[in-house]
Amino acid sequence: MLSSPVLSDGETSVKLPAVTAITTNDLCRSFGEEHAVAGVDLAVQDGEIYGFLGPNGAGKSTTVRMLCTLLGPTSGSASVLGLDVVDAAAEVRLRIGVALQEAALDEKQTGREILELQGRLYGMKGTVLAERIDTVLQFIDIGDAIDRRVGTYSGGMKRRVDLASSLLHEPEVLFLDEPTTGLDPVSRAKVWEEVKRLNEDLGVTIFLTTQYLEEADVLADRVGIIDSGRLVAEGTPEQLKREVGNDLIVVELGQISDVPLDVIKGVPGVTGASLHGQELSVSSSDGAGLVSGLVVALADVDVPIESLTLRTPSLDDVFLAATGHRIEPGEDPTGEQPIDTDTEEVER
Amino acid sequence: MSLAKPSGFATDVISVATRAIRSLLREPEAIIPALVIPVFFYAINIGSLQDVAEQLPGDIDFKAFQLPVAIIFAVTGVSRANVVVTDIQTGYLDKLLITPIRRSALLLGMMIADFVLVFGLSLMVVGLGFIVGVRFESGPLGVLAFLIIAAGWGLAFTGFPYTIALRTGNPAAVNSSFLIFFPFAFLTSSFLPLEALTSWLRTVARWNPVTYLLEGLRSLITEGWVAEDLLRAVAAVVGIALVTFTMAFRSLQKRVATG
Repeated sequence: MLSSPVLSDGETSVKLPAVTAITTNDLCRSFGEEHAVAGVDLAVQDGEIYGFLGPNGAGKSTTVRMLCTLLGPTSGSASVLGLDVVDAAAEVRLRIGVALQEAALDEKQTGREILELQGRLYGMKGTVLAERIDTVLQFIDIGDAIDRRVGTYSGGMKRRVDLASSLLHEPEVLFLDEPTTGLDPVSRAKVWEEVKRLNEDLGVTIFLTTQYLEEADVLADRVGIIDSGRLVAEGTPEQLKREVGNDLIVVELGQISDVPLDVIKGVPGVTGASLHGQELSVSSSDGAGLVSGLVVALADVDVPIESLTLRTPSLDDVFLAATGHRIEPGEDPTGEQPIDTDTEEVER
Repeated sequence: MSLAKPSGFATDVISVATRAIRSLLREPEAIIPALVIPVFFYAINIGSLQDVAEQLPGDIDFKAFQLPVAIIFAVTGVSRANVVVTDIQTGYLDKLLITPIRRSALLLGMMIADFVLVFGLSLMVVGLGFIVGVRFESGPLGVLAFLIIAAGWGLAFTGFPYTIALRTGNPAAVNSSFLIFFPFAFLTSSFLPLEALTSWLRTVARWNPVTYLLEGLRSLITEGWVAEDLLRAVAAVVGIALVTFTMAFRSLQKRVATG
C-alpha cells in the first residue's frame, strides 16, 4: 500500500506525506459547445480499485485522459498522488501506468520490443529492465508469443501486453480505460484476474473505466457512475444497490405507460416505485411476498402485465434510478448481457 | 515505489530511432520504390538525353551529370511520416505521450532513422554510378561529402511530410506531400545544364535550392573540391532544413498540446 510513497530522483529519496491517490475538484472539459466532462469531484483512496461506470460518451475516457496528462481540463483541477496533472505533468507521468482503450501497440514490433522501449523511456536499462520484463510477464499469460510481432496477436493478447507495459516501471496508480471492451468472455476473465492480483499483491491503486456493470461489480471497491459528464452516484456496489432496495420487481407493461404510482406505493411491503417508459420498478425488502399483492393492485387499476421479474438490484438498476435510463453498452461482441443476479422470471 | 526516473534526452531519441529503424528493416516494400524510381529515371534520362546533352558546349559527362539527379529522386520525400500517422490513428502516439519521453525526441528519433535510410539509399545510387563508370574527381572523401550532403537534403525534406502528418493525421494527405517534390526536382537543372534551359525555366531554377544542391554534388564528381559550389549546396540544404524543421517541430508542439 502507498501510505508512505517515496519519490526517487536517482540521487535522493524524499518521503512524502500520505495522500489520496486521485483527487478532482469540479473537473470540466469541453470540446467547443460539447461539455464532455461537466464538473466531476472524485477522491480515490490509496490501494483501492475505483470503477468509473458509464455508457459510451459519458465522459469516462475524457476524464482518464485528463488524469493521465494527455488532455488539459477546461476548468477545475485534478491531482494524482498529490501532484497537479497540469503543473506537475512530468512527475505524474513517472508515477502512473496507463492502458488506454484499444491497446494501441506498434504491430511491426514484438511484444518484448514494445516492453523494452517502454522500459527505456522510464529510465530503465540492462539487467534491471530485463528482470522487470520477466516479472511483468509472469502477470500476463502470453508465453513465447512475447517474441512474436504484435501484428499476429489477438485482441486479448494485445490488451495483456499493453497491461504489462503499463506495469513495467511499478506505477503507484494504474489507469485502465475500458480494459475488456471487445474481449471474449475468457480473455475478459483473465484481465479481471490480473487486475485483482495487481491490486491485492502489489497494492496498486487502480482507476478503471467500464461500460460493463458486471465488471464494475466484480472488480471495484467503489463505483462512480458517470452520465453526460456528471457523477450521478458513488459508493460501494453493495451500498449503491442497497439504496435501490433489497429486492426489485420489474414489471414490463406492454402498451401502457401510465400507472398511478401512488396506488403502487400504497401496496403493503413496497419501499419505492418508479416508472421508466413502459418499465415499472418496485423495490421491497421482501420481493417474493410482494408479487401477488402487486399483481392484484395492477389488475385493480386495469394495468396489463407483459412480464414480471423478481431479482436483486444490479448496478443497472442503480444507473436507472440515478439517470432515468438504462446503461446501454456499445458493441459487445461477446453478446453478454449486463448482470442479472438471482433472476427469477414470472411470465403472466 | 515507482522504478521510473527521467531517462535522458539521448536515450529517448535513440529509443525512438531504434524502433523506427527496426520497423524500416521489416518493411522492405516501403524502401523498394525509393530504389527503383531513381534507377529507372537514371536509365531513361541517360538513354534519351545523353547524346543531345553531350553535344552541348561545356564537355558534359552526362552519366556524372545525372547521378545527383538520381540521388534527389531517391531521397526526396522518403520519411517515416506514415508511421507517425499510424501512431496517431492507432493511439500508439498517446501511449508514448503518457510516458515521460521528451516530446521533441518523438520526431528527432524518426528523423535519425530517416537519415540512416536516405544515406543508405544514396550509397546504393552512388554504387550504381560506379558500376556505369562514374568516378569522383574529389576522391573517396568527396564521395563521403557527396553522401552526407545528399542524405542531408533527404533529411531536410522530411520536414514537409512530418508537418502534414502531424497537422492532419491523415495518410492520404501525407502521400500527397509527394507533390511538393515535383517543383523542387523538375524546375531546376535536372535534365540539362542551367545555361541550356529556356529563359523562364532558368529564372525559376535560380530560385530553386535544388539547383545549387545539384551543382554542388556535380562539382564533387566532375571538378573536385570547389568551395563556392559546396557552400551553396550546404546552404541550400540548411536553408530548407531550417524552414521545414521549424514547421515540423511547431506541428509536433501543436499535436501534443493538451489544451
